[in-house]
Amino acid sequence: MTEAQLVNRIPLEDYAGLLGKGEIEELRALAKPLRGRSIEMINSTAVGGGVAEILGRLVPLAEELDLNMRWDVMTGDNDFFEVTKAFHNALHGGTYNLRPGDFDIFLQCNEKNRARLPLDAEFMVIHDPQPAALIDGRQASSGHWVWRCHIDLSHPSREVWDFLASFVSRYDGAMFSSPEFSRQLAIPQYLFYPAIDPLSEKNCELDPEFITQVLARYQIDKRRPILTQISRFDRLKDPIGVIRAYRIVKRYFDCQLVLAGGGAADDPEGSIVLKEVLHEANGDPDIRVLELPTWAPLEVNALQRASTVVIQKSLREGFGLTVSEALWKKKPVVASAVGGIPIQVIHKHTGLLAHSVEGAAYQIRYLLSHPEIAKKLGEQGHQHVKENFLITQKLKRYLTLFLSLARAA
Amino acid sequence: MNTAQTPFEFSTVSYLVRIGNQSASTIAELLAGLEHCSDASIFHHTFQTLSSHHFLTEGFSNDFAQWALADANRGDLAEQFASLDIRDYTSIAALRSDLCRVTSDYCAAFPDFAGQTALERFYFCESVEVTVPLGYQASTLEEFRSGIERLSHSSFYFHFISSRLRLHLRTNDFSLWLANNLGLETLASSIERVDIYTNTLDSARAKMLRLIDRERRKA
Repeated sequence: MTEAQLVNRIPLEDYAGLLGKGEIEELRALAKPLRGRSIEMINSTAVGGGVAEILGRLVPLAEELDLNMRWDVMTGDNDFFEVTKAFHNALHGGTYNLRPGDFDIFLQCNEKNRARLPLDAEFMVIHDPQPAALIDGRQASSGHWVWRCHIDLSHPSREVWDFLASFVSRYDGAMFSSPEFSRQLAIPQYLFYPAIDPLSEKNCELDPEFITQVLARYQIDKRRPILTQISRFDRLKDPIGVIRAYRIVKRYFDCQLVLAGGGAADDPEGSIVLKEVLHEANGDPDIRVLELPTWAPLEVNALQRASTVVIQKSLREGFGLTVSEALWKKKPVVASAVGGIPIQVIHKHTGLLAHSVEGAAYQIRYLLSHPEIAKKLGEQGHQHVKENFLITQKLKRYLTLFLSLARAA
Repeated sequence: MNTAQTPFEFSTVSYLVRIGNQSASTIAELLAGLEHCSDASIFHHTFQTLSSHHFLTEGFSNDFAQWALADANRGDLAEQFASLDIRDYTSIAALRSDLCRVTSDYCAAFPDFAGQTALERFYFCESVEVTVPLGYQASTLEEFRSGIERLSHSSFYFHFISSRLRLHLRTNDFSLWLANNLGLETLASSIERVDIYTNTLDSARAKMLRLIDRERRKA
């Protein structure tokens, strides 16, 4: 799908109840010098994935501020997306055997998109590696070009990164989700966090009756502690480790574990991991393994809200926005200190970090034993998300970037 | 009611975080970073972090203290960093000098710890500041109070905390204006004494509004 999918208009004032009127006035003040000036966002997918989700909500919000922001999606054939998927894995540190012609496939697709897309906005924001070579279409007199990288570049394949860096180094700036992910580049590099929308179905307030219905539907006992990890069935999310941590906790607390995720049906590896998880669960009636439809935001929301402790025991992670989702709901979180998680979970302030199965189990036991501390961590976590990881903060960061680029010029 | 000749212009600030090219994995490397990083980096890890983490009122004061505690596991050094109150500084140079002194003294006293590798690296970043006017102003205490009440966190922080670096004075925009334009020196000094480390930006603002209300009742 290449048609950008925007959510319906959400009046900016709807956020005032959550953030305060002052925050909305501030957004308007920052946007005022940018009114009418053109901004173009380009990524490689219209639906699915965090980038499309964020852009789908960011663009209507920008319109609320009278900004001329558009979102275009690049097109490509299967060969292109196979190559870029291999790039993606290689940039994440996976092994990659370069095939003859891979770079050419990448370049030819970018060239076709250069002919198709306008690329004439004052502020051009190019998301991720797939459209990075669109910079070749930059006119001498054209505006400011920045590259937003949403992936972990801390251990990239040198071959792929060197190829990509030849394009990235020609941008006016690059944005990363963590300082750890940045590279040695001559251009300015900025810290840009992903964001959640507090008014989306995944994060909005829910009727307690609906939450009760969801628990009943999945046969989860709301009277006993509920430990939850929401994530794809992916080995890097360590669902087996979560079950092992639960088993340690279970010796001390009569608790339940919910492992909920999607994507297994259309992902061969996901199906294999799901089988491994079910095997490890070994029919334990207090372990609920839920294969949710790819898009079940209300159910995810309800499960997070019903949880006593939310777990994110990833072995590697880009940013891990499920952590922010849980913190926004004032849930105590126990998570691995990997990727962007420590930015969200400030140890002992907004949650607890762990480095092993045993460590995760201990932190969960600690929270179950000290509900007052769990409550405080959840409340401070909520504030942390409010200050740093909401869609309105993301919009503010973009406004600040554009103002900064314009003033520097 | 007194009317100021010069109105108070409310503004706000927004920061981009620029990732620097320096990082540290030991306390000794942190010292080298502190000596050579930009002023904007010292500002980011002290003044700016207080704003972005204002809701943490227990044991969190600046990024150096947090890293020393959570990643380098040196609680004593963390306490030394945390004891540096940014309100004592009207220049980044003076703050940098004290940060370097604390770190250097620690390295000299505990050379073995100075070279130990921390759990996570410290990445030096810097703040890129953009300020814009909010488009409203105050000439009386009444208008001033209304303005304070509607400010965002960033705007309150800009006028109350980071202002001393701009003014090069041990005061803030609010106190300076109240003293110089409305002649309210006592109120100005009471506001300056509100503790920004043990308050959130919201509770500091609430205290300030109570002080203003007490002043209004006197009139």
